[in-house]
Amino acid sequence: MQRKKAKKFDIDKMEIILATDCGSTTTKARLFMKKDRWRYVCSGEAPTTVERPYEDVTMGVRNAVREIEELTGLKLLAEQGIIKRSSSGKDGVDLYVSTSSAGGGLQMVVIGATKSITAESANRAALGGGAIVMDVMAISDNVPLYKKIEKMRHLRPDIVLISGGTDGGATTQPVQASEILKLSDPKPRFGQDFKLPVIYAGNVDAREKIKEILADKFSLTIVDNLRPTVELENTDAARDAIQKLFMEHVMSHAPGYDKLKKWVDTDIMPTPRGEGMMFKLIADTYSINVIGVGLGGATTNIYSIFDGKFVRSVSANLGMSYSIRNVLREAGKDNILRWIPFDLDVDEFCDMLSNKMIRPTTIPQTLEELVMEHAVAREAIRLAFMHHKYIARGLRGVRPVIKGLFDVSVAGKETYIDMLRVDLIGGTGGLLSHAPRRVQSALVLIDSFEPEGITYLIQDSVFMMPHLGVLSTVHPNAALEIFEHDCLVPLGTCIAPKGQAEKETEVMSVDIKMPDETVKKETVRFGEIKCVPIPAETEVEVKIDVHRNFDVGAGKGDSMVSKVKGGVVGLILDGRGRPLQLPTDEKERKRTLLKWLTALKAYPEEFLKKCGGE
Amino acid sequence: MSYAYTPGLQIKKATIIRKTRILPVKGKVLVKEGDIVKNETVIARSHVPGDVIMVPLAYRLGILPSDLRKAMLKKEGDIVKKGEVIARTKGFLGLGKSEYKSEVDGSIELISDVTGMVAIREAPRPIEVRAYIPGKVVEVIPDFGAVVETTGAFVQGIFGFGGERWGELMIIAEPDEVVTEKHIGKDCTGKILVGGCSIRGDALKKAESIGVKGIISGGIRSRDVTEFLGYEIGVAITGHEPTNLTCIITEGFGEMKMSRRTYDLLKSLEGKLASINGATQIRAGVIRPEIIVPREDVKDEEISLKTEDEHLKFGMTIGTRVRIIRNPYFGKLGKIVGLPPELQKLETESYARVAEVELDDGSRVIVPRANVEIVEE
Repeated sequence: MQRKKAKKFDIDKMEIILATDCGSTTTKARLFMKKDRWRYVCSGEAPTTVERPYEDVTMGVRNAVREIEELTGLKLLAEQGIIKRSSSGKDGVDLYVSTSSAGGGLQMVVIGATKSITAESANRAALGGGAIVMDVMAISDNVPLYKKIEKMRHLRPDIVLISGGTDGGATTQPVQASEILKLSDPKPRFGQDFKLPVIYAGNVDAREKIKEILADKFSLTIVDNLRPTVELENTDAARDAIQKLFMEHVMSHAPGYDKLKKWVDTDIMPTPRGEGMMFKLIADTYSINVIGVGLGGATTNIYSIFDGKFVRSVSANLGMSYSIRNVLREAGKDNILRWIPFDLDVDEFCDMLSNKMIRPTTIPQTLEELVMEHAVAREAIRLAFMHHKYIARGLRGVRPVIKGLFDVSVAGKETYIDMLRVDLIGGTGGLLSHAPRRVQSALVLIDSFEPEGITYLIQDSVFMMPHLGVLSTVHPNAALEIFEHDCLVPLGTCIAPKGQAEKETEVMSVDIKMPDETVKKETVRFGEIKCVPIPAETEVEVKIDVHRNFDVGAGKGDSMVSKVKGGVVGLILDGRGRPLQLPTDEKERKRTLLKWLTALKAYPEEFLKKCGGE
Repeated sequence: MSYAYTPGLQIKKATIIRKTRILPVKGKVLVKEGDIVKNETVIARSHVPGDVIMVPLAYRLGILPSDLRKAMLKKEGDIVKKGEVIARTKGFLGLGKSEYKSEVDGSIELISDVTGMVAIREAPRPIEVRAYIPGKVVEVIPDFGAVVETTGAFVQGIFGFGGERWGELMIIAEPDEVVTEKHIGKDCTGKILVGGCSIRGDALKKAESIGVKGIISGGIRSRDVTEFLGYEIGVAITGHEPTNLTCIITEGFGEMKMSRRTYDLLKSLEGKLASINGATQIRAGVIRPEIIVPREDVKDEEISLKTEDEHLKFGMTIGTRVRIIRNPYFGKLGKIVGLPPELQKLETESYARVAEVELDDGSRVIVPRANVEIVEE
């Protein structure tokens, strides 16, 4: 990929910066200005324009920027793009940067030796890499080879993964797989001049032959064997290669991308990279363990920085607009419906999600639909975090093959992420950043990640983490100032002891030494959640005594004293137990949900009363 | 004044429609500029490489893959006939000779001394591209195809499945009726059926079984789509479903009364030949399903000459006709009467840019701008 020429910036002279993110659904423009320090000034948002008649992402950028013009009175747009003050002398901005994820999903076809082994390993390699596996073809199945070739031509994948053979074994199968690929000569979906990317992750001994067969016609990447032996699996190298291709793809395969490239002052950055940079910055600045989520319209990206190790996962087709129907398919109806505290017609609910899929830029206007979208969000993040935990494992490299791709317990056991040691969870993305009440996003984060022990929760104020990520490559000080003062919204601290108990059992008692030195005592019973208002910027000391079955970070039944921070929500005392379980009885489930939502004032009181039949 | 570039679906009584009809590979164009074509007229024809037959020849001959080339009587690129010997081993002292006769006509594509496989590509297969819409050839694209132009009605749907088909339009239900198998009789065979606020799964099955070409309705329940196709659609990318029935919905999922405007237009064209395509893709490079009804009775002044450029220029402004695409006013039509630049508080307590819409019944409602789409007329 051609990069923009390195440009010299006189950052000391900068006063106005414009940043945009062309998301899969919405284009978000943010204006930053230097006054006493760098500040976020205002936003403009508009649907991303990838649909006819506006098949050009710069149309969405114009519309979002036009909103900023209206709000500030500044003139930022000209016929040829964003006005630069260096050339106009008066109007415009000193710097314009952008991130993008408008290019859509990455579709992958896999060819391997045997269907079951290849499919399993390939799916696991794709997991979190940003690709969806369209089809798996195996040399050993009973499908005639010419049919495989025909299918390959028809599918038009964005990327092909070839695996097969164990290291030191026969080279026949991977070579045959590459012969099939060469004969099919599939054309990429975008750009006929573009060489189709192929990742080879098979028997190391066949590499030279594979190069000989494929290097001319395809863009070939050779990585470690997915299955070095039958019993061992190594998906990391293939996944890293897939994710690298995903980053390029989502960013560049959007109509009008080339035009946008001419408008910006530095390389356009893939949205997940921008988000990831900012979560890493938090972890590095405060030397803490962080989990972050970027809940988008097409994908859900999870970032973890645990004991200094940074892992990013991109869950393809788990998102809140284009992929909302797929969350329903993957999570299952019941898992989504369990978060909804009122009666609804399941068919109508499915239709509502389908309508969001076909008209992805719409937003909920009624409280019922807002609650439904929050329910889907919980499941999208839960699934994406499951994918993430599968990647974030202790041993990078080969590991014994596990059965059951989405087996949570196996994935959970393997991960090195210990929720009791996670210090901070942060959220960004349209749904989280635009939640009308901050407590709604706090609850979505708590219900989907199930933090354990003491965890500080933060929120991207208006969705600007990707913008600041790309800005930090040009003006790190401006990015950091805005990030600390305007982007991070402290939601508060969640205290959630890990364990299970009988209903009504006292899970914990907490002594909170308030800023005025008074001590507030709170007890929390099993199945209960409550909130104690502690303002942002305020740190209080808490003494937590837990039931013998529970662990808040000091060990089962052991008390703990800690300093915790407040936030716009406050101190959330979560006695619902871990893992979090909802009652199976329908009436009881709804009653319980309403109790939780009411305790936290998550939605307007009148609405919740109506849900409860009052 | 602020604009809002909200995607809109076109409903045009009469417009000039141009369809580019091209082959995926180079071929021969069979029409010339000015030709009048019908739906089924072949515009261009080519041959794609035939299927590849992979033969495990080293195994068949009982030799090592590395010895395969020595046994081959043909090399890569050579033409072979069915029954022709293409490989022979010498055996030992004349004993144990073996040979292989090609089972197909074709050419040798590959001889692999690693896998011991030989690939024989069968004779090329013809592929054709048809006009799809009747009209006049206005441009020939050398080696690939042509552009066909017609004047007619053009309606975009919001979602569909199934590929290109054509047939006579036949109204089977009022816009607010649920279409069931009872609406579909023997006289529907070969037709494109129109009507209803929802098509039930049993109607889809019956329509498919009696050879209906297509169904156009206001809505469909997502469960009926799942039951009919046999799988759940997770991401809206359609058009290649294994069915001979094309389905187009104009409003959305659920029971959605077909807009009066769409219904009246299609009803006025009942009995005319329509071309439809259900292909939908809602991602970068969006494709919406389409209904094209060529009309010869159109007077010049009736033709909507609004081009997409004009549409782009104006976006959504005061007076623009729109459809609301989310609850609580889903499906209602009206015109924009206000586009305040300030953010306004919604029932959800969110702040959003809104539009004030005067509905067709005269009432006025406030909706987020993101929840309306332009109805092109």
